[in-house]
Amino acid sequence: MLQFTNTALAGLVLGMIFAAFALALVLIWRSTRILNFAQAPMAVLTTYIALVMIEDGRPYWLAFVVALLAGLVLGAVLERVVIRPVEGKPDINAVILTLGLFIVFKSGAEVIFGTKLRTYPPTFGIRGIEIGDTTIGITTSDFFTIGAVIATLVLLVALFRFTDLGLKMRAAANNQEVAGLLGVKVGAMLTLGWALAAVVGSLSGLLIAAGGLVQPSYMDSIVVFGFIAAVIGGLESPAGAVVGGLLLGFSLSFVSGYLSAQLVALVALGILMTVLTLRPGGLFTATQGRRV
Amino acid sequence: MLTITELTAGYGPITALRGVTLTAEQGRITAVLGANGAGKTTLLRTISGLHRSTSGSVTLDGSTVTRVPAEKMPALGMSHVPEGRGVITELTVEENLRLGGLARGRVKADDLTRIYSLFPPLDERRHVAAATLSGGERQMLVIGRALMARPTLLLLDEPSLGLAPRIVTQIFELLKGLVDNEGLTVLLVEQNARSALSVADHGIVLNLGQVVADDSAATLAADDQLRHAYLGF
Repeated sequence: MLQFTNTALAGLVLGMIFAAFALALVLIWRSTRILNFAQAPMAVLTTYIALVMIEDGRPYWLAFVVALLAGLVLGAVLERVVIRPVEGKPDINAVILTLGLFIVFKSGAEVIFGTKLRTYPPTFGIRGIEIGDTTIGITTSDFFTIGAVIATLVLLVALFRFTDLGLKMRAAANNQEVAGLLGVKVGAMLTLGWALAAVVGSLSGLLIAAGGLVQPSYMDSIVVFGFIAAVIGGLESPAGAVVGGLLLGFSLSFVSGYLSAQLVALVALGILMTVLTLRPGGLFTATQGRRV
Repeated sequence: MLTITELTAGYGPITALRGVTLTAEQGRITAVLGANGAGKTTLLRTISGLHRSTSGSVTLDGSTVTRVPAEKMPALGMSHVPEGRGVITELTVEENLRLGGLARGRVKADDLTRIYSLFPPLDERRHVAAATLSGGERQMLVIGRALMARPTLLLLDEPSLGLAPRIVTQIFELLKGLVDNEGLTVLLVEQNARSALSVADHGIVLNLGQVVADDSAATLAADDQLRHAYLGF
């Protein structure tokens, strides 16, 4: 029973981390129809900014906020300067471009921060919560991770569903020309989409780093699972990203806990193929047969 | 009132508009007619700033708007309803309408009520995705959405395209009502010349990017030679 509980809790935390990364991908896909392969190394860069500040003795949460703001700026600048010229061009241009950015940012992080493993302090406690005599496998840091991802999801849904700004962003994402004719500043909306995505991406980087070891490739294992989570969710919907992340997190946790850790990648692929076979648009798509 | 002077525009080496001059009078419906490829859609797109003119000028109520980008036009009183409906299918009916109203800064509840009373079918379907609307309902939605910005000039591109004649008549009558009661100016592009001339006050015939006729709608409709040569009825 304890093993089951702990495996489930580990799956929950893992799923939330996948969800955060998937959320960032979904935000960019929604606004510009681009899959941002450079999401992970962007998060690595902002996490290192926080780590360097903490090592310099600055307050932990100040570093946390600065990393998120750095993400905001990085996302906005990247869209304006690098991504804007390929928008509206064949999809492959953007794919090659973000793959290129992946290499540039990752190598950049290696040059600036070195490849040595460094410890990133945890957000809160890393001791398991005690219930009676037994210690279960979830920590206060894990609670923070779960809370932060849920709060991000709620804020994003509220933004898109209930605010004028969110409405303009959705319009710009769905039909740039018509949105422009209705007075929406389409360019600004796209920049904002990338900036928000980079903030969420930075958050995922910080959540993964906290309480663990950091080096420029520490996000690499998350990238694949984050992508799978986003695709399972349908790439369109923030809620889909979280559901996709949780589905993957629980499955992988149970597979590695009860079967074998070596089966994890295979099972992830299996889930992806099953979902895409049954619902080619992903779990949370409103419109069927959208042009991709 | 919209005044266009010697407007020229094209796509690369191809010239689509060759020195077009026309006026759309305040409180009137002006129809721009002509065959496929006459330059009608390019004319509207150039007026609203979606397409750049190479020379000439566009003046709206006395101020020059020739090089103003499309996204600034709604705030200046110009609403362009593009060809092929232009409904944002992934938003609901009401979200589409609200989006139209945002051009004025904030959406007013009065404006929404007004549009719903003009187009009762939309009222019943406020919260459904616009993707589920019929062709006629979509045309109502895009016109309603344009009206949410309270424009002085409405540019309409082929509103009759693909609609049943009965619905075309309904939509044209409604436009006529808005023009007569509220002083709206309408510049209407149509291939369906017969319907357009029945509702318009004034007509302009384009052929290969040039104005070949500019007269009252009644005169144009009575000109057999012109009708056979350019209007196909």
